Amino acid sequence: MSDAIRLQTAAARPLVLQLKGISKSFGGVQALWDVDFEIAEGEICCLAGENGSGKSTLIKIITGVHRPDGDAEILFGGRRLGALTPVTARQLGVQVIWQDLSLFPHLTVAENIAFEQNLGHRPRWARRGAFRAVAQRVLDRLGLRLPLDTPVMDLAIAQRQVVAICRALATDPKVLFMDEPTASLTKAETDALLDVVRKLARDGIAVVFVSHRLAEVLEISERVTVLRDGTKVGDFDSEGMTQRRLTELMTGATFDDEVHARDRHDAPIVLQTDGLTRRGEYEDVSITIRQGEVLGLTGLLGAGRTELAATLFGLTLPDLGSFSLGGQRMSFASNRDAIEAGISYVPEDRLSLGLVQPQSIADNIVAPVLKRIMGTGGLIDRGTKDRLVGHWIDRLAIKVGKPDDAVSTLSGGNQQRVVLAKWLATEPKLMILDAPTVGVDVGARAAIFEIVRGLAEAGMAILLISDEIPEVYFNTDRVLHMRDGRIVGEYRPRETLMTALEAAVHA
Amino acid sequence: MREQRLPAIRGTEAWLIVVIALMVLFLGLATDTFLTVSNLFNLLNVSAINLIFAVGLLAVLVAGGIDISFAVAASVVQYLTALAVEQLGGGSWALGFALAAGFGFCLGAINAGLIHYFRIISIVVTIATFNVFFGFLMFFTRGVSIYDLPDWWLDRVILFETQTASGLFAEIRLPVAVMAVMVLLSWVLIHRLNIGRQLYALGDNPDGARRIGINIAAMHFVAYGWLGICAGIGGLMQANYVQEVVPNALYGRELEVLAAVVLGGARLGGGRGTVLGAVLGVALITITSNGLNLLGVTPYAFQMVIGLVILVAIIATNLQSSGLLGQRRRVRS
Repeated sequence: MSDAIRLQTAAARPLVLQLKGISKSFGGVQALWDVDFEIAEGEICCLAGENGSGKSTLIKIITGVHRPDGDAEILFGGRRLGALTPVTARQLGVQVIWQDLSLFPHLTVAENIAFEQNLGHRPRWARRGAFRAVAQRVLDRLGLRLPLDTPVMDLAIAQRQVVAICRALATDPKVLFMDEPTASLTKAETDALLDVVRKLARDGIAVVFVSHRLAEVLEISERVTVLRDGTKVGDFDSEGMTQRRLTELMTGATFDDEVHARDRHDAPIVLQTDGLTRRGEYEDVSITIRQGEVLGLTGLLGAGRTELAATLFGLTLPDLGSFSLGGQRMSFASNRDAIEAGISYVPEDRLSLGLVQPQSIADNIVAPVLKRIMGTGGLIDRGTKDRLVGHWIDRLAIKVGKPDDAVSTLSGGNQQRVVLAKWLATEPKLMILDAPTVGVDVGARAAIFEIVRGLAEAGMAILLISDEIPEVYFNTDRVLHMRDGRIVGEYRPRETLMTALEAAVHA
Repeated sequence: MREQRLPAIRGTEAWLIVVIALMVLFLGLATDTFLTVSNLFNLLNVSAINLIFAVGLLAVLVAGGIDISFAVAASVVQYLTALAVEQLGGGSWALGFALAAGFGFCLGAINAGLIHYFRIISIVVTIATFNVFFGFLMFFTRGVSIYDLPDWWLDRVILFETQTASGLFAEIRLPVAVMAVMVLLSWVLIHRLNIGRQLYALGDNPDGARRIGINIAAMHFVAYGWLGICAGIGGLMQANYVQEVVPNALYGRELEVLAAVVLGGARLGGGRGTVLGAVLGVALITITSNGLNLLGVTPYAFQMVIGLVILVAIIATNLQSSGLLGQRRRVRS
């Protein structure tokens, strides 16, 4: 079936790029095995696969960063290419919008968009007028507006994304790769971005879209190319494909989307807030979380969820209201007090806020509990430390070489587990998880929620913050909806349809 | 939409102008010597060499590097140039400038090469070359100054002079004109050429710069090479000003200039800074020490006061751009 579709697209539109028999190994590790990939003018194709499936290696080969092994063949516009270097790839019109955007924060919007005009090391005048004209032309083409003379660092993330797209467009690309372009966008911003992508495709640009958000993948693309463990599973028509089927293709395993909600209304209250208010962030928040309960907190970005979590974790002080933990009124001078009292917080941006990347896995895990592993004379007791670290690595099934390896050597999913281990080591009563699956692939997500449910079973109270509705719907006992700093609704997954919750949040 | 945007006077520069204006006003009222032609001309002559160094250093800071070897490199250039013109039988200003710029560029290129090809961070490389350059100089000169420079070099070229009320002559000398040219050239390089934009980009986001196809090696050689040229020419002018070549005369100057450029808004770490800011930073420090002198403050207090001025100015500009609060908010959002 996939062959039929490919022929159909090929017949309708000329192919821009064809890769045949791409293999690549690094040291002893085979990252890609004999992969074929092709894309036609004006086509939107998604490259789907878990972390480590070979997506980024494939992108790096197409952009000339890596050279494929053996007798691979790369055809551009039907012509066979010899060696592909980053420079020739760019000259051919292959552009990548990297996940980190790779913009220049102190330069203005116009300077960023028109940066191509600056390249080369022969002296030429840098003409502001020309930068502005190029930037304006690209923005007009997309029908968007941006302040041209503002430094990019002053823009919101969604606007920066637009700048990155404009910068790629200013070079008249033939093939555009977008690596996780929506990872930090809200639903509305994502929709706007997808509209832009469609517009580019109508103009004949071939777009290769890489995303972990499968709903979006299926919405935007005509075709999905699935990679698993460095091999190509196949090309699939997006029409008629479901998220569940795509997940199975990507992971080779089946996952059940099942409501896991349990009724915990008899359990003792762990956390209770009473009219908690912090001006400009959240207002009059009164919530309870019970022992063993997983409470979901959802809402759009900027609804005040993360700000509320910051107060519960002692990072900010509320203006009004109070909260109590285990019946005792709490007032935290800092998050050290919160940790002491039994609250832990896994932040949204775990890679920068949650872990010290160059340090070892073991040192990261014991960071919040140094006092407990102290032996005689205030020195760290090696044995206690090893036991503690070993316990959590086993319990969370973290795949590590040695506990002394740097955290940066682990995959995203395993890093997430190290963050969890680090906070679990404090033996908290309440664990706050803020967007725990951002940038984590499907298989690892399922594993994380399994761990979370296990912890709740063991009596821990969990506050799960996420703007991914299915995530909270399937994995929590109760869902609170936050909008503009207020709690505006409470839902029980067993009594509500997911669509109703989605409609309420995106209304 | 069409109109040419004037070079924006950003926060730091505007702030420095205000401080300098207040300082000038205060010193004008508190002393009867500050606002005299001879003192102002003297200020220009004195600050010219630091300004030449400062605009060169700015190119390196903007590109995300740092260099603390340039001041001793300037001394090395003085020595090499003195030897070379002696070998060549005297020489002239033209030859002197060419040699000083050439030697300076070579020393800068040594730094750039080590930083780029061996991927060593710039502060480590330039601490090492600082010691190598200075050690080389002391070893070969045995710490002895050179007084028998050629006549052209010792010639106090006077560009402008005027007789003051007291009957003394106030004069503007050659280093001021050379400084003006170097400031202008640096402004063109950093603010008006495509190369300057690439230097900013490199300092701002090195990974992004590599990905977009900037020739990183070329940019390193431009930045450190330009600083080398500025150091060489600054050294040539310093020898002209003091009429001799003293091996350790410029030792320690690097931190003074670095502080002035950072005071002028250049960010350690790259991507920010302007020529105007660097010039104002040097101006503020020069005026401060001159003012202390005129006020009769003991010279032993200078370094402390200048250090405090720099601290206060940098804290104030940071608060003004709400650096601390702003950053916290960004993380939270």
